[in-house]
Amino acid sequence: MNETLNLLVGMAMGLNLLALGSGRLPTLIRTVALQGMTLGIMPLLIEPRFEWPVVLVSFATVVGKGWIIPSLLRRAMRTANIDREIEPFIGFVPSLLLGAGGTIAAVALSRALPLLPEHAGSMLVPGALASVLTGFVLLIGRTKAISQVCGYLILENGIYLFGLLLIQATPLLVDAGILLDVTVGVFVIGIIVDRIQRAFDSLDTRKLTVLRE
Amino acid sequence: MIIALDFVLRLALWIALAPLLPGIINKVKAWVAGRRGPPVLQLYFDLARLWRKGVVLSDLASPAFLAASAVGWVAIAAATTLLPVGPAGASLSFQGDFILLIYCLALARFCTVWAAMETGSAFEGMGSAREVSYAVLAEATLIAAVLALCVQTRSLSLPGMLAPATGAGAILLAGGLFIVLLAENCRVPFDDPNTHLELTMIHEVMVLDHSGPPLAVILHGASMKLLLFALLLTQAVLPTGHLAPAWAGVAIGAGVLAVTVGVGLVESLLARFAFRRVPLLLTMAFLLCLFALLIAWKGGAA
Repeated sequence: MNETLNLLVGMAMGLNLLALGSGRLPTLIRTVALQGMTLGIMPLLIEPRFEWPVVLVSFATVVGKGWIIPSLLRRAMRTANIDREIEPFIGFVPSLLLGAGGTIAAVALSRALPLLPEHAGSMLVPGALASVLTGFVLLIGRTKAISQVCGYLILENGIYLFGLLLIQATPLLVDAGILLDVTVGVFVIGIIVDRIQRAFDSLDTRKLTVLRE
Repeated sequence: MIIALDFVLRLALWIALAPLLPGIINKVKAWVAGRRGPPVLQLYFDLARLWRKGVVLSDLASPAFLAASAVGWVAIAAATTLLPVGPAGASLSFQGDFILLIYCLALARFCTVWAAMETGSAFEGMGSAREVSYAVLAEATLIAAVLALCVQTRSLSLPGMLAPATGAGAILLAGGLFIVLLAENCRVPFDDPNTHLELTMIHEVMVLDHSGPPLAVILHGASMKLLLFALLLTQAVLPTGHLAPAWAGVAIGAGVLAVTVGVGLVESLLARFAFRRVPLLLTMAFLLCLFALLIAWKGGAA
C-alpha cells in the first residue's frame, strides 16, 4: 500500500515537471487536473479502513480538481478569448531545471527533517515540498493570469499533500472546506480574468501595473 | 587466433546488419502513409552504388576531408566492439569501458563536423553548430543514463551494467534513452532525414558536399550508430540477464525491432520541432535520466 502511495506521489512530482515544461495553456490545465485527481485518490490508500466520510472527500476532490476547476478555467480561457501560448518570464528550460533541482533537494533534504517515524519512508513530504516549489516557480515565472492560477493550484496541491500526513488528526470537514474554498477561488478568478481582458485587452499581468481611470 | 577470428566475425556481423535498420524505418513510414515504399535492403543498394562512384572534392578541402569520414567510421566501429549483445557479450570489456564508448561516439561526431567545416560552405558550418549544440545536451543525458545503470548494478563495465533488470527507473531510462536515440541519430523531432532545405537541416547539411565512397562510409556509420543506440536502449530496459541465452537473443532482437518500428512511427506521426523547442525536449530527457539516477541511488541506500 505504501508502495502504491509512493508511486502516486512520484507521478505527481512528474506532473509538476510537465507543468513547468508545457508551452500551451490547455496542456497546463490538463496536467493540473490530472495531478488533482492523483492526489484525490490518496486518502483512500492512506486510510486503512473503509469509511464513508473519507470516500466522500476523496470523491469530491477527484471531481472538483479533475473536472469542475479545469472546466471553469477552460471556460474563462474561452470567454476571454486569449492566446493559447504561454509567454514565460523565466524560460521553460530554466524553470524545468529549477523545478528538478527543487525536487531533488526536497527528496534529499526531507531525511534531515524531524518527522514521525511512520512518515520517514513516505514520499509525501518531498512531494509536498516539490509541489510548493513548482507552484512558486509557476506563479513567479509566467505572465498570463490563467497560468498563474495553475501555479496557485499546484501550490495548493502541495499543501494538500502535507495535510495528508495529518489525515488521522484533522476532521475531514477541514479538507472539504479547503476544497470548496479553492473551487470558489477559481470561480471568482474566472470572472476576474474576464474583467481584466475587457479592461486591458490582454491577460498579461505585466500591464496591470499601469493605472487607468 | 580464435579470439581474433571471433572479433572479426562480430565486427562483420555488425557491419552487415546495421543498414537493415534505416530500411525498416522507411518501410514503416511508407506503410503508415499507405505507400509501398523502398525495399528494406535499399541502403545496401545505395551503399554499393556510392562505392562505385568517384569523389568530387572542394578546392578548399585538405586531405583531412577524406580522412575525417574514415576516422569517424572507425570510431563508431570501435564503439560497437565495446557494446555487449546479450549472452554473446562484448568483444572487448574492461572496467570503465562505457566512458570509451561515449568518447568514441564523440570522436565520430567531431570528425563529421570537421569534414563539414573543411568544405568551407556556410550552410555546413551552420549545420555543424546545431549538431554540436544539441550534442551537449544529448551527451549529458547519455552520461546520466549510464551513471544510473552504474549505481543500480554497482558495476563499472557495460556487460555487468546491461544484464540485470533495472527496476523502477527502467521506464524513465527508456524514455530518456529513446529521446537521446532520436537526437543522436538525427531522427524526426530534431531533424528530418528526408528534408532538402538547407536552412532546417542538421545532419544532412553536414554531408552535403560529400560524394562517392566517403558519403557511403558516413551513411553506413550512421546506420551502425542507430543499431548501437537501439541495442543500448533495449538492453538497458530488458532484464536479459535472467533469461536463457537463446531467449535473451530473441528478446533483444524483438526489442531492437520494436525500437526501430517506434522510430518509424514517431517519424510518421510527429512533425519536426521548432528549434527553440528542441533544448526543452532534450532537457526533459536529461531530467528523466537524472530521476532514474535518483531512484537508483535512493533504492540502493534503502
